[in-house]
Amino acid sequence: MSEEVIPVVSMRGIEKRFPGVLANDRVDFEVRPGEIHALLGENGAGKTTLMNILYGIYQPDGGEILIRGESVVIHSPREAIELGIGMVHQHFRLVTSHSVAENIVLGLPGNLFFPEQAAREKIEEFSDRYNLTVDPEARIWQLSAGEQQRVEIIKALYRGAEILIMDEPTSMLTPGEVEDLFTVLRRMANEGNTIIFISHKLDEVMAVSDRVTVLRQGRVEATLETAQTEKRELARLMVGREVLFRIEKNEIKLGEEVLRIEGLHALNDKGLPAISGVSLRIARGEILGIAGVAGNGQRELVETIAGLRPATGGHIFVSGHEITSRSPREIIEKDVCFVPGERLTALVPEMSVTENLILKTYRDQRFIRGLFFNTREINSHADDLIERYAVTTPTRDTPLKLLSGGNIQRVMLARETSGKPALLIAAHPTSGLDVGAIEYIWQLLLKERERGTAVLLVSEDLEEALTLSDRIAVIFEGELMGIVPSVDTDLEEIGLMMAGAHRLPVPEAGE
Amino acid sequence: MNGFPALEVEKRRTVPRWLQFIAPIISLVLALVAIGIIFQALGIDPLFAYEEIFNGAFGSSYGFSETVVKSIPLMLTGIGLTLAFRARFWNIGAEGQLLIGATCATGLALAFPDWPRWLIMPLMFIIGFIGGALWGIIPALLKARWRVDEVITSLMLVYIASNLVNYLVYGPWKGPEEMGFPYTSKFSEAAQLPRLSWTRIHYPTLIIGIVIAVVIYLLLTRTKWGYEIRVTGENPSAARYAGMSYLKTLLLVMIISGGLAGLAGVGEVAGIHFRLRYPEGISPGYGFTAIIVAWLARLNPIGAVLTSLLLGGLLVGGDAIQISLGLPGATIFVFNGTILLFVLGGDLFARYRIRVKSKTEG
Amino acid sequence: MQFILSALRAAIPAGTPLLFGTLGEVYTERSGVLNLGIEGMMIMGSVTAFGVAHTTGNVWLAILLAALAGGLLALLHAFASITLKVNQVVSGLAITMLGLGVSGMMGKRYIGQPLDAGFTAVDIPLLSDIPIFGPLLFQFDPLVYLAILLVPLLWFVLYRTRWGLSLRSVGESPATADALGVNVVAVRYGAVFFGGLLAGVGGAYLSVVYAPAWIEGMTAGAGWIVIALTIFAMWDPLRALLGAYLFGGVRVLQYRLQPLGISPNLLAMLPFIFTILVLVASAGEAMRRRIGAPAALMQPYTREER
Repeated sequence: MSEEVIPVVSMRGIEKRFPGVLANDRVDFEVRPGEIHALLGENGAGKTTLMNILYGIYQPDGGEILIRGESVVIHSPREAIELGIGMVHQHFRLVTSHSVAENIVLGLPGNLFFPEQAAREKIEEFSDRYNLTVDPEARIWQLSAGEQQRVEIIKALYRGAEILIMDEPTSMLTPGEVEDLFTVLRRMANEGNTIIFISHKLDEVMAVSDRVTVLRQGRVEATLETAQTEKRELARLMVGREVLFRIEKNEIKLGEEVLRIEGLHALNDKGLPAISGVSLRIARGEILGIAGVAGNGQRELVETIAGLRPATGGHIFVSGHEITSRSPREIIEKDVCFVPGERLTALVPEMSVTENLILKTYRDQRFIRGLFFNTREINSHADDLIERYAVTTPTRDTPLKLLSGGNIQRVMLARETSGKPALLIAAHPTSGLDVGAIEYIWQLLLKERERGTAVLLVSEDLEEALTLSDRIAVIFEGELMGIVPSVDTDLEEIGLMMAGAHRLPVPEAGE
Repeated sequence: MNGFPALEVEKRRTVPRWLQFIAPIISLVLALVAIGIIFQALGIDPLFAYEEIFNGAFGSSYGFSETVVKSIPLMLTGIGLTLAFRARFWNIGAEGQLLIGATCATGLALAFPDWPRWLIMPLMFIIGFIGGALWGIIPALLKARWRVDEVITSLMLVYIASNLVNYLVYGPWKGPEEMGFPYTSKFSEAAQLPRLSWTRIHYPTLIIGIVIAVVIYLLLTRTKWGYEIRVTGENPSAARYAGMSYLKTLLLVMIISGGLAGLAGVGEVAGIHFRLRYPEGISPGYGFTAIIVAWLARLNPIGAVLTSLLLGGLLVGGDAIQISLGLPGATIFVFNGTILLFVLGGDLFARYRIRVKSKTEG
Repeated sequence: MQFILSALRAAIPAGTPLLFGTLGEVYTERSGVLNLGIEGMMIMGSVTAFGVAHTTGNVWLAILLAALAGGLLALLHAFASITLKVNQVVSGLAITMLGLGVSGMMGKRYIGQPLDAGFTAVDIPLLSDIPIFGPLLFQFDPLVYLAILLVPLLWFVLYRTRWGLSLRSVGESPATADALGVNVVAVRYGAVFFGGLLAGVGGAYLSVVYAPAWIEGMTAGAGWIVIALTIFAMWDPLRALLGAYLFGGVRVLQYRLQPLGISPNLLAMLPFIFTILVLVASAGEAMRRRIGAPAALMQPYTREER
C-alpha cells in the first residue's frame, strides 16, 4: 500500500476464532489519516469482529495492531479510547433512562460532583462545529434514532476520538438523515479525523468513502480506491459471485380479503402511543410490505395483530372474524402465523429442534395419545420438516442454540409456514443472515404468496420490501403515511414518507 | 508477543453426561471440606464431627431408619420444588405450605376423632394437599396478575403460616392434657399412620413419595403440561407467543408444588407426632432443605428421591452432633447453606471448561 | 396525641435496622445484583456486634466489626453472582442459610447474657428542648441519626456524582458502561460489599441497641422485609426512609395492640401481611408509572458474547 504516509491504523494478520467459526482469518487492514475508509462485507463476513478487536472488546487470537506506527495491545475499550479510537455501534450503547449529558460523561475521570454540568459547553461546541445538534437534558428514550446516533458521535469526540468506527450507521436512519450523517462525516474527515465506515450497502460505500476494504468469510478480498472501482466489482468481491440473485415474481390474482385493520391504536412498553389509527387490508396471495425507520411502531403493530399487545382502539379482522385483543392462542387458531423480529421471543434455544418445531402445534390431537405426547408422531413430524426445509442439524434432538443463525430461522419458518397459514406476519425475516439464507427465505415467502397466503412483511431494508411486496405501506411515528404499489415506485416519495414529510391523501388504498 | 500460558474459561456447547453426574458429587465433597474449615474455625474438630454425623445417620439401623424418616418430607417437598424451579418460579415458601398442610390435616383429625381409618386417612392427605396448594397459589396469583416477586411473597407466607400454627397450638387448639406444652391433643388411632415395625418410618407416605416422583417425572417429560412448564421456565416470552397461559401454568405448578409440601406436612403430624406442635417441632426447616434436595437432583424429580435420602442423613447426623458436641439447632443451616453454594458452583464447572492456553505467536 | 407521638418515637428505632439494610440493598440492586442474603448478613452483624460489645465493651468497635462481617458475607455473594455468575436467587438463599447457621454456632455462648455496654442517647441541642416534641423526637442513639444522615448523602451520591452515575449505568446497561471504560465487575463488587456493610450495621443495631441481647435467629425475617422495602422504595434512598419507618410503625403497633387482648401470635403476622400488601401496591404503582427494577438486575455480565 501507500508508503509515504504512516497509516493511522494498521492491523496485520489478525485472527479471531469463535466456537465453530473462524471470524477473522489473517486480516490485513490499513487506514490512512483523514480518510473515510469503508469496510464492506456481508453479514457474518467478520467486519464487526475486526472492529471490536480494534476497539479492545475482543482480543485477537493472533496478529498485530499498530496505531500511528506504534505497536499496541488493546485490552479494553478504555485503552482504545486512550489511543484516540471511538466506536459507534450499530445498536447504540446508551443508557436509555439517563439524560444525554449523563451518557456523554459516563466513565470519564474528573470532577466527582455534578459531572454532567461540565459536558454542556462541549456539547454546544460540537453542535456548532459539526452540526451535531442535540438537547443535553433530554432522556435518551425520548430521542429519534438519528439523534441518538449524534449522541454516540459526540460521546466519542468528547473522549478525544480521532479515529471513529461507525458500525452500519445508516441502518436505523431515514434517507434524509443518512444525507445529514454523511455531511457530518465529511466535515469530520476534513478536520483531520479518520472514519472507518462499516457497511454492506454498496450505494453508501460509493457515496461517502475514499477507500474501501472488502471482507468475505473472514478474509480480506481487496482494498481499493473508491473512485477507481464500481458497484459491480464491489458486489462480486463481496459475495464471491458475479450476479446478485434476481427474484422472479409471478402475477397472482388476488383472492378474498384475509386481514382487515381499521383505525388501530396501541401503546408501546413505556405506555406512550405507538400505533395511531392504522388501517390496512391484505388479500390472499398478496404481500404487503411495511417500510419505515426502525422504532416507528412496526413492532407494536405486529405484536398487536398477534395478540401479544392489547389494542387500545380500532379493530382487527382475520378471514372475517374479529380478533382484536384476543389471546395469542385464539389468534393462532385462526391460522395466523408470526415470525417476530426478535427471534428469541419465539424460540427456546435450550430445547431441542424437535421441541421448537412443535411450539405452536403441540396441542394438536395427532401429537397426543391419551395423557401423553405421541413421541413417534412428533419425531416423524420433526424429521419431515427438517427435510422439507433443509435444516442442517446433527440430530432432531440437538439443542436449537447449537444451530447457525440461518438454520435457526429455517426452524422458525418451517414451524410457521408448514401449517398452511391464512395470514403470515414476517418481521425482519432475513436480518443478520447470510446471502444464501436470505435467498432461501425470500423464495419461501414468495411461495407462500403463490399458495394464497396473505403476507404482512416488515422490513427495515427498503430494497427487500420493494423486491418482495405487492404494495408498500410506509409507517412513521405509528401512523401510515400512505400505501403505494411496489412497481414503478418513486423512491424519493417513499423516503419523504419515511421521514414524515409527506403523506398521501387516502392512507387506506385497499382494493 | 509473549509465550505465557493463560487460563481461559469457555462455555461448553454441551455438557457431557458423565460430568452431569460427577459435578454434584464433587461439589458435595468440596462443600464438606469447607464446612470442616468453618467447624475448625469455631473450635470444633471436623473429623470427629463428620464421624459422628456418619455414624448417626448411617452407622446403625436405627440411625438409618431415622434418615429415611427425615427423607420422606424432604422427598415430597423436593419433588414439588423441581417442578416449580423448572418453571423458574422461585417457590421459597415450601416450609409454609408444609405447615398449612399439617394444620389442615390436624383440623380434620381433631374434628372427627371417631371416623374410621379408611375414611379419615385419605381425607387428611387430600385436605393437606389442598391446604398446601392454596397457600402455594397465593404467590403464583400475585406474580401472574401483578408481577409481584414470588421470592418475598412465598417467604412471607412461611412466617404467616408459622405464626398461625403458633396461634393455634398456644390458643384455641391447645390440648387440655398436654401439660401446658404448645401441642394439640393426640390424634385418634385411626388418624395415625402405620409405621414399619419398630421404626418411625410411616411407609404409606414414603410410598406416595416414590410413586409421585415417577408421576411428576412423566408429567414433566412426556405430557403437554410438562412441555408448557418447561417452555415457560426457559423462555416466558416464547410461551406467551405460543399461546400458553402464564397464569394457568403457574397455577398448575404451584398447586402441585404446594400440595406436595402439604402432603409432607400431613406425613409429619399423622406419621411422627400424632398431633400439631409449635412449628419448629413439626419441621426443622424441611421446606428450605428441600430446595437443596431439588437443586442437587438437578431439578429431576426421580433424582430428588436419592438426594432427599442424602439430606435426610445430614439432618439426622446434624442432630447427633448437636447432642454430642453441644451445638445449636442452627448448625444444620451451615450445612445447608454451604452445600447449596458449592452445588451452584459445581453447576458452573460442569457448564464451563477451564483450559490452559498458551499464546505461541504474537 | 401523646399516644401517637410515643408510637412515632418507638417506630424510628424499630425501623432503623430496616433502614440500614434497605439503603444498602438499594445500592446493591442499583448495580444490577440482587442480594437475597441480607437476612444472613444482618444476623452475622447481630452476633458479631453482640460478641464484640460483650467482650470488649466497645460498642463502636462492635458496629465496625459487624459491618465487616456483613461485608465479608456479601463478598461471598459477589464472588458467586458476579464472578461465577451463578443464579442470584439461589446464591442469596444459600448465604442466608449460612449466616443463620454460623451465627447460631458463634452465638451459643451469648444466649441469655446481659450487655453492659450501649449507646447513650444524643440530645440534639435546642430541638430536644422543645416541650413534648423535643424529648420524644430528638433524643435518639447516634446510630438513628447516622441512618438518617445516610439518606440524603446516599441520594446525593447516587444522582449527583460520577460514582452514582457509574453505579446506575452498570445496573441499567452494563455493556454500555463497560464500553465507556467503567469497570463493571469492580462497581458491582463495591455495591454488593457496601450493601453487606450496611446490612451488618442493621443487624448490629438489633442486638446491641434495640434488644439488647443475642437471640438465635433474632432478625426474624427483617432481611426479607428489606428486600420488599427496596421494591417499595422504587430503588430510591429517600423513599427507603419512608418505608423503613412505616414498617417500624407496624412493628410498634404489634406490641401496642397486645394489651387489647389480641393474640401476640396473630399480631406477629402483621409485618409479613403488610409486606405482601406493600409489594402488591408497589407493583401496581410501578405498572402505572412504568418504573421498574434496574434493567440489568439479576443479569450477570459477560463481555465476550456473540
